[in-house]
Amino acid sequence: MPGQYLATIESNEDLGAGVCRLTILAPEIAAAGRPGQFVMLRSGRGLDPLLSRPFSLHQTMADGRMQVLFKVLGEGTRRLAALAAGASVAIVGPLGRGFALTPPPTGTRLGLIGGGIGVAPLLFLAREIQRLLPDGTALDVLLGARSKAELAPLLADFRALGLEPAVATDDGSLGHHGLVPELIDQQWGQEGSHCRVFCCGPWPMMAAVASRCRERGWACQVSLEAMMACGFSACLGCAVAGSGKRERYFHVCKDGPVFQAEDVNWG
Amino acid sequence: MKADTEIDLKVKIGGCILRNPVMTASGTFGYGREFEDFIDLTRLGAVVVKGISLLPRAGNPPPRVVETPCGMLNAIGLENVGVEAFVQDKLPWLQRTGATVVVNILGNTVDEYAELAQRLDNVEGVAAVEVNISCPNVKEGGVAFGTDPAMAAAVTGAVRRACKLPLIIKLSPNVTDIQLMARSVAEAGADAVSLINTLLGMAIDLQSRRPKLANVVGGLSGPAIKPVALRMVWQAAQAVKIPVIGIGGIMTAEDALEFIIAGATAVQVGTANFINPRATDEIINGIVEYLAQHNMRSINELRNTLRT
Repeated sequence: MPGQYLATIESNEDLGAGVCRLTILAPEIAAAGRPGQFVMLRSGRGLDPLLSRPFSLHQTMADGRMQVLFKVLGEGTRRLAALAAGASVAIVGPLGRGFALTPPPTGTRLGLIGGGIGVAPLLFLAREIQRLLPDGTALDVLLGARSKAELAPLLADFRALGLEPAVATDDGSLGHHGLVPELIDQQWGQEGSHCRVFCCGPWPMMAAVASRCRERGWACQVSLEAMMACGFSACLGCAVAGSGKRERYFHVCKDGPVFQAEDVNWG
Repeated sequence: MKADTEIDLKVKIGGCILRNPVMTASGTFGYGREFEDFIDLTRLGAVVVKGISLLPRAGNPPPRVVETPCGMLNAIGLENVGVEAFVQDKLPWLQRTGATVVVNILGNTVDEYAELAQRLDNVEGVAAVEVNISCPNVKEGGVAFGTDPAMAAAVTGAVRRACKLPLIIKLSPNVTDIQLMARSVAEAGADAVSLINTLLGMAIDLQSRRPKLANVVGGLSGPAIKPVALRMVWQAAQAVKIPVIGIGGIMTAEDALEFIIAGATAVQVGTANFINPRATDEIINGIVEYLAQHNMRSINELRNTLRT
């Protein structure tokens, strides 16, 4: 059940390349949040910028803390990135529908695919997969970014879970020189064994991943992003076109942010 | 809360008594249930639900919202479940909460407005109807009704004849003379006017040179529009004898109080709900505090007390 809280910033890490990680003391959200769900954050009582910003849960911790990971893109994220430890932040959450975690058929590999800051919800997801799914479930992580600087600080967190992500960078400064969807062919082969994919990243990257999964008959869940004013389906701003024949829109905040890739109209 | 019992916040809109003057603005509060985790709906003067049409509407393609300085533009396109689904699926829950429910209606023709009003007339749990003649997002109907005094009067008259419910006409600010619009609908049988709806606006992305909204233009809301709204509410309150409901950029009790001093009988809180889902509750508390500080026993003592 979502709630509205005034929470305290525990720490603020500058991970370089404009990426910020906030650790927030928000016990109710840390306890209830599931991978793929999100929170709305707003700093201060000023009127400009006006709207809260949505962020997926990067991690929740047992001690009532949670983290968000984001790239500074505009004034709203710049203000959040400037919050010092001890500052308060308005938070609403946990919101939306997260990743569906049902035990996969024997022999299925799970693949987490992240592009850029889309890596944010995947660390939490990896941890929960390890906690909830049977021992021995094969789990691969494929991550893409512009350059090594964007990605390097996050690799350690996956390594701490015993996972070694396969990496692609646009400039070739780390791992495969190219795009992350190309890693699907590299890692799992053209045909591949049966995989179940969880993906978050820029729209073209997710569209490419969804297309590869469709060709192979793999289930693929995607975490979408959209402009939204509220986060709890009051504004109806975060519409995304569905793939169904009838004219119809989903709402990222309530029907998602995680969708089955086949339900989305990739355009 | 002690002060609540001492200070009379009740206001009257048509034949409808609201427990306090703080309502929600249509299109910013869903069908009420979206806020059940955040707020006790029975605390509110009224819940005004998302605008309802005869048939369901899918709304506009995205992007539908964009932030602008101290405000936001929206072009949702009147997405709604349609009147039958509203009455069957949405209203019963709202009614069970005990909330006072105002149903906002919108149509493409005068007949559609009348049919909607008639459909809602004897439905239990509907306290009043608010007629949206001013949404700028749908090409046919909306804008024409809201900007032409004769058309606005025609819609008002048709809805008046079609139902016995208290009737609020929601006015567009995108007009030259708001007093003329307010008088036209008052003479045609409106029990109250609410204003302002959003101001028509737009924003452009410089990289792509495309409009930031797929609909190109949209409705501007939020604190950016409050001075315009306050001016129009003040003008309307001087032009008509029926209650005026003030809307536009109300974020705090102080904002709401300004509208009441300018002549508003009640206010609607809109965009603030998105940012702070408890905004309405906080505004009610703030109004009580202000009245207590100024030794007023009733909200009615404050209304229309602007000193000029």
